[in-house]
Amino acid sequence: MDMQVAKKKLGLKERYAVMTRGLDWTPSYQKMEDIYPYMQYEGIKIHDWDKWEDPFRLTMDAYWKYQAEKERKLYAIIDAFNQNNGHLNVTDARYVNTVKLFISGISPLEYVAHRGFAHAGRAFPGPGPRVACLMQSLDEIRHAQTQVHSISNYNKYYNGMHDFHHMHDRVWFLSVPKSFFDDAITAGPFEFMVSIGFSFEYVLTNLLFVPFVSGAAYNGDMGTMTFGFSAQSDEARHMTLGLEVIKFILEQDPANVPIVQRWIDKWTWRGYRVLTLVAMMMDYMLPKRTMSWKEAWEVYFEENGGALFKDLARYGITMPKCAEQIALEKDHLSHQAWSTFYNYAAAANFHTWMPDEDEMAWLSSKYPESFDKHYRPRYEFWREQAAKGNRFYNKTLPMLCQTCQIPMLFTEPGDPTKICYREVDYKGDKYHFCSDHCKEIFEHEPEKYVQSWLPVHQIYQGNCFPEGTDPTVEGFDPLAAVLKYYNLEFGRDNLDFDISEDKKNFAEWRGQATKNA
Amino acid sequence: MSTVFLALQTNEETRPIIEAILQDNPGAVVDEQPAMVKINAERELIVRRETIEEITGNDYDLQSLQVNMITMSGNLDQTDDEIRLFWKA
Repeated sequence: MDMQVAKKKLGLKERYAVMTRGLDWTPSYQKMEDIYPYMQYEGIKIHDWDKWEDPFRLTMDAYWKYQAEKERKLYAIIDAFNQNNGHLNVTDARYVNTVKLFISGISPLEYVAHRGFAHAGRAFPGPGPRVACLMQSLDEIRHAQTQVHSISNYNKYYNGMHDFHHMHDRVWFLSVPKSFFDDAITAGPFEFMVSIGFSFEYVLTNLLFVPFVSGAAYNGDMGTMTFGFSAQSDEARHMTLGLEVIKFILEQDPANVPIVQRWIDKWTWRGYRVLTLVAMMMDYMLPKRTMSWKEAWEVYFEENGGALFKDLARYGITMPKCAEQIALEKDHLSHQAWSTFYNYAAAANFHTWMPDEDEMAWLSSKYPESFDKHYRPRYEFWREQAAKGNRFYNKTLPMLCQTCQIPMLFTEPGDPTKICYREVDYKGDKYHFCSDHCKEIFEHEPEKYVQSWLPVHQIYQGNCFPEGTDPTVEGFDPLAAVLKYYNLEFGRDNLDFDISEDKKNFAEWRGQATKNA
Repeated sequence: MSTVFLALQTNEETRPIIEAILQDNPGAVVDEQPAMVKINAERELIVRRETIEEITGNDYDLQSLQVNMITMSGNLDQTDDEIRLFWKA
């Protein structure tokens, strides 16, 4: 008689082996180098792909299950938020400008990350990293979609978000995050993994998501908080992939170490420069602050990154040398960035303002070494001028750094009174840089970075006006033409918050919510 | 000393998990932030399935922690029975 014996369930390690390596095969009639053509040219040597293992040991079947659960939770809250006029619960309408920055600056990057991980996953011959890249690629497109869905509710009520993707490809400051990711996906698959998987996800992502998300929670924005946490729950897996990939590459061959070190140095700096926008958001744009940029940097980079690089020292990897300069900039970064946006508020897709007395006091307490000395007097002067009717919107286009594409707004390391300029002559042309680090990145790969699409150069060359514009006519207003090209409406999407439709509408709607009309 | 950490969403599902972590890691320190609980520990932090099951009286699959995780730091190793976060140096 046959006995029905219950089959023992496989353990996690076995399940993982069956569902990754067990699905792979060795090609018989095609050459490996034809199937995986990008594995050689970056100089990285891999001897045994099976040594790579996802420490979460997540398999696709489990992945779908947990992602579906995350989606159900998220959309239940988005519905509740929308049904309940959740947008009127935020601290004050200035907060919405952080959401504008997010949808036009960050969400399009999620989509590019989706493409990047799909490409990297396809390029790797190892089934372990291939499956992990597939999951991350799916995560990233989920993030792009859920962010667009959540933020679309704000777009119904507030200005500046109506054409975020069009703006992402055109607006001057959005070329900073855009070019960062374009730089990463046009690198080889190994460099892509180090740039986004390790340097961005592992070393820097906490500085992007945790402040945005807890900032949203602190400011009553349940919608953003929820998609943020939903995205962030994938982030732990991405960070693990980033760290595992690095350890795997380093363990495979000692010749890989100097290549990886150069990439870590480059991408930590590139990522940090993009985070300038986050620094400014944390210190100036959240009506209710969570922690200062400086504090976040100290916790998530200096403390946490310090432990990470100590751990990687056994492979011969050291802390990126740019960390020294970043430490010098942490007292100044957000203030210099916000000053620049206050200057160029006529050309941005969000509103600006000067901090009020309470906010100035907060900034003084968080930045005792720098704020009262260098930035408060500047703000008081600007506030005074605005009160007298002399609010000045700068219409002269700034010089941009060839590598990070940020206007030359940063000061010399150690001297906050002097703007930092660096330059390089290359094949008869002069190129400008905001720092030694951006200059060194250019010098190592000049043929890549001479191709940068710099918004200021493009405007001056006449490439950023709507078709059919004649810049030679009498009284031509270049800014007006550029805003049309961006699909931004002057006086509605830009300028100061105080005179904005957003401010007026929010006050009126909140009034309606608490009184009988 | 190198610190590892695990940050979880503050909700009903994570309450017993946090309790279990604190029970299994006597040196761990809880840092409560808006909507988020961050648990810091020196060098190593362990999440044990058995402890969570003892607290809740239900079966628990450690992989479902994926849903409530926010961020972490350290090398990771996960099996059916435990999640271990650690620094080697």
